[in-house]
Amino acid sequence: MYFGRVVGCVWSTVKNRNLEGHRMLVIQPLTAELANTGQRIICTDCTGAGAGELIYWVRGREASYALLPQEPATDATVVAIVDSIHLKSKVAPAPPPPAAPAPPAPAKGRKPRKG
Amino acid sequence: MLIARVIGELVATYKHPSHEGRKILMVQPLNLDGSDRGVAVVALDAVDAGVGDKVLVVTEGFGACTSVGRFLQPIDMAVIGFIDHIELLPGVS
Repeated sequence: MYFGRVVGCVWSTVKNRNLEGHRMLVIQPLTAELANTGQRIICTDCTGAGAGELIYWVRGREASYALLPQEPATDATVVAIVDSIHLKSKVAPAPPPPAAPAPPAPAKGRKPRKG
Repeated sequence: MLIARVIGELVATYKHPSHEGRKILMVQPLNLDGSDRGVAVVALDAVDAGVGDKVLVVTEGFGACTSVGRFLQPIDMAVIGFIDHIELLPGVS
């Protein structure tokens, strides 16, 4: 599956009969960091995703299984709307530098009396 | 199949019913030397992998569906194993 964002819709009036009634979306593939990557593609949709939503899609023959029992002529289908993505940062944060030894605290004893 | 590293998890409330009950992992394909290869992809989990694990990812529908145990479903990638070690012939990089 591949990760992306819905950036538009496609209307088609004359199309394969099995495709009738299915939405078609324009998808922008994204990297894990939500940066655009690659070319936009057209996907059929089984989720009802709207513009701007993060999704992931299936490609290949399995794309038509999402729309059973019709099995329309499609090679990419949106199968989920992504709510959130939890990434592990690629570079582990550097450990904090060892704390410098604290200066010796002033003695808390009584101050010597003057005079 | 791909060598990959799990870099994150996705949360999706509204998804195809065949994806329910499995972790949805973001995996970054790797080269043999461990550097990134291409863009991260999404795979269902069949072996209980976690973030940071080096794993084997199948990228074809039949293999992915059978490893997850859901036939004729829209699944085209699945994490099917952990990679402990890769040994190459001398001179191969």
